[in-house]
Amino acid sequence: MSRSVLDLWVGIFVAIGIAALLFLSLKVGNLSSARMSNAYVLQAKFDNIGGLKVRGPVKSAGVVVGRITDIGFDTHAYEAVVTMTIDGRYHFPKDTFASIYTSGLLGEQFVGLEAGGDEKMLNPGDVIAKTQSAVVLEKLIGQFLFSKASEGQTQK
Amino acid sequence: MPDLLQPFRRLGHAVTERIWRLGFASRFFFALLLQSGTSFRRLHLTLREIYVSGVLSLLIISVSGLFVGLVLGLQGYEILQRFGSPEYLGVMVALSLSRELGPVVAALLFASRAGSSITAEIGLMKATEQLKAMDMMAVDPVARVVAPRFWGGLLAMPLLAALFSALGVLGGWLIGVVFIGVDDGAFWSQMQSSVDFRYDIWNGVIKSFVFGAAVSLIAVFEGYDSLPTAEGVSRAITRTVVTSALAILALDFVLTSFMFRGNS
Amino acid sequence: MLSTPSDEPLVRVDNLFFSYAGRPVLKGINMSIPRGKVVAIMGGSGCGKTTLLRCIGGQLRPSAGAVRINGNEVHKLDRKGLHDFRRKLGMLFQFGALFTDMSVFENVAFPLREHTDLPEEVIRDLVLMKLEAVGLRGSHRLMPAELSGGMARRVALARAVALDPMLIMYDEPFTGLDPIALGVIGQLIRKLNDALGATSIMVTHDVQESLLIVDYIYFVSDGQIVAEGTPDEIRASKDPFVHQFVHAEVQGPVTFDVPAPSVRDEFLGRAVVRA
Repeated sequence: MSRSVLDLWVGIFVAIGIAALLFLSLKVGNLSSARMSNAYVLQAKFDNIGGLKVRGPVKSAGVVVGRITDIGFDTHAYEAVVTMTIDGRYHFPKDTFASIYTSGLLGEQFVGLEAGGDEKMLNPGDVIAKTQSAVVLEKLIGQFLFSKASEGQTQK
Repeated sequence: MPDLLQPFRRLGHAVTERIWRLGFASRFFFALLLQSGTSFRRLHLTLREIYVSGVLSLLIISVSGLFVGLVLGLQGYEILQRFGSPEYLGVMVALSLSRELGPVVAALLFASRAGSSITAEIGLMKATEQLKAMDMMAVDPVARVVAPRFWGGLLAMPLLAALFSALGVLGGWLIGVVFIGVDDGAFWSQMQSSVDFRYDIWNGVIKSFVFGAAVSLIAVFEGYDSLPTAEGVSRAITRTVVTSALAILALDFVLTSFMFRGNS
Repeated sequence: MLSTPSDEPLVRVDNLFFSYAGRPVLKGINMSIPRGKVVAIMGGSGCGKTTLLRCIGGQLRPSAGAVRINGNEVHKLDRKGLHDFRRKLGMLFQFGALFTDMSVFENVAFPLREHTDLPEEVIRDLVLMKLEAVGLRGSHRLMPAELSGGMARRVALARAVALDPMLIMYDEPFTGLDPIALGVIGQLIRKLNDALGATSIMVTHDVQESLLIVDYIYFVSDGQIVAEGTPDEIRASKDPFVHQFVHAEVQGPVTFDVPAPSVRDEFLGRAVVRA
């Protein structure tokens, strides 16, 4: 086999391989969305984060605006500290409300941001003051049963 | 009395033999690395080996990748629809391919397609005194024959694994979206929001690099170490395929336990 | 390399011993091979003559004794020295050992490409010249698998002399060839040696062919040199070993049987052992 034919085949092979890698990175994976321009960091403290995971999405009005980059534990307040990286295109007012939601009954959990009406905007590194913890299914069921039981007692 | 000790002697012999071979293999590996300059200074030597182990494996890798994807699509849909979430099919297919099946199955195929032919070629060159002839011409066979094959295999492997995964995802899409009718948008968007580039794709690429290095090293070593007879070469080929398969699976476990510690 | 007077022999082997796995193979070999000559080392199979060749080429390290080539002791050379020495050495292996993944042309071009930076046209001319010398210029596009045994041997010969070596070594150059190919190879060995001004060492057991082309012959038996001389001396020799070898006789000092217990002990002695 001559040198040029061999070069051609190796070139085609490498091109196919790189195309496959690009396909995996852009179409299958989220390289395009993971690279956020001028991303900045926000923090939020929750009493209970439920099953929230690092790399989970941060959504506002259903649109992914950032990712959870770290989950820590504050030993003074005994609270979970969630660090989020937010896309630099999006800014939120000071009185933004952060909650933990579940997508569907068994789906993944994410942080939802609901904008308030404040004129001032959150700066990079700020901590979101108003938060609502994850809804823990077992607690809900427990409360429901408890209230049912007490209802029954009062009716007697 | 000597009969009683015989099993111990045999055990000891087997153990020392293995250790000796392992030591020889590591020395061989260092010699290979030291002699690797030629592979890059005269790149066409390595390009030829990328052709032999990469281009010639394209067909088997593509066909297998597609079929694995088709099967994943069928089985995945069957299982996911029990839980009422068939739109997660894309996630399941993409994650299982990019993390595990892509690198592992592609490496297993690579070991039996390219690894065995590397062993056979080097073994036969040894059996027909071609390596000795090269040595007598003041050309180091490790630099001229072994190192380019090692690097060629190492570089071809990640590309083959990526192709395998990509075609597998397409196969899953074909079954899920085209034949069964899962929503096209849900298939891709669920996949994109759950598959992380650095965590899932890149770790898969690292795995396939490690597997490529292991298979290529085993293949060139078994060829170089084979007995210069027809039987010796055929046994070396068998050893290449068996040892490679074991090495791939063992390394996969080790790498997985380091990479994916369940924090996702 | 040291400059040495040209009457000094090119190769000197002094009291060479070699053992393989505790078994002595060479037991004190002394030889001297003058410049420009073709010298044959003969002996039966397994007598150590190929081992001797490997020691001279620096592939095997002797347990005692020395090989001096052009005044340098081969086994005291470092890696670089051995490398330089082998560039001046051509070797023809028993079955040619052509590189099966390269064409005839690339096989002959191999040493030139590896050791020189000559431009492609010069390499092409040199390769075709070498192939012309062995009468195979027309076959340069063929692959080794497409060659007959004799042709493959001639290509290997062209490859061995590609860098115009000062010493050419032949390991059983006549094995497995038909009488015509055998004659052709024999003539080529002589012709190339004289044309290149090289020195040749040939290990062979083909007596009749060798007697026609060589200048001097060493007979090796059981790791030792048992006879030596020019072809005429060898033909006229009364030495029983040489006589047996030259005339291919079954009876003589070289026995056909491998040493073993006597037939009587082997077949009838079992009862005695048991008793």
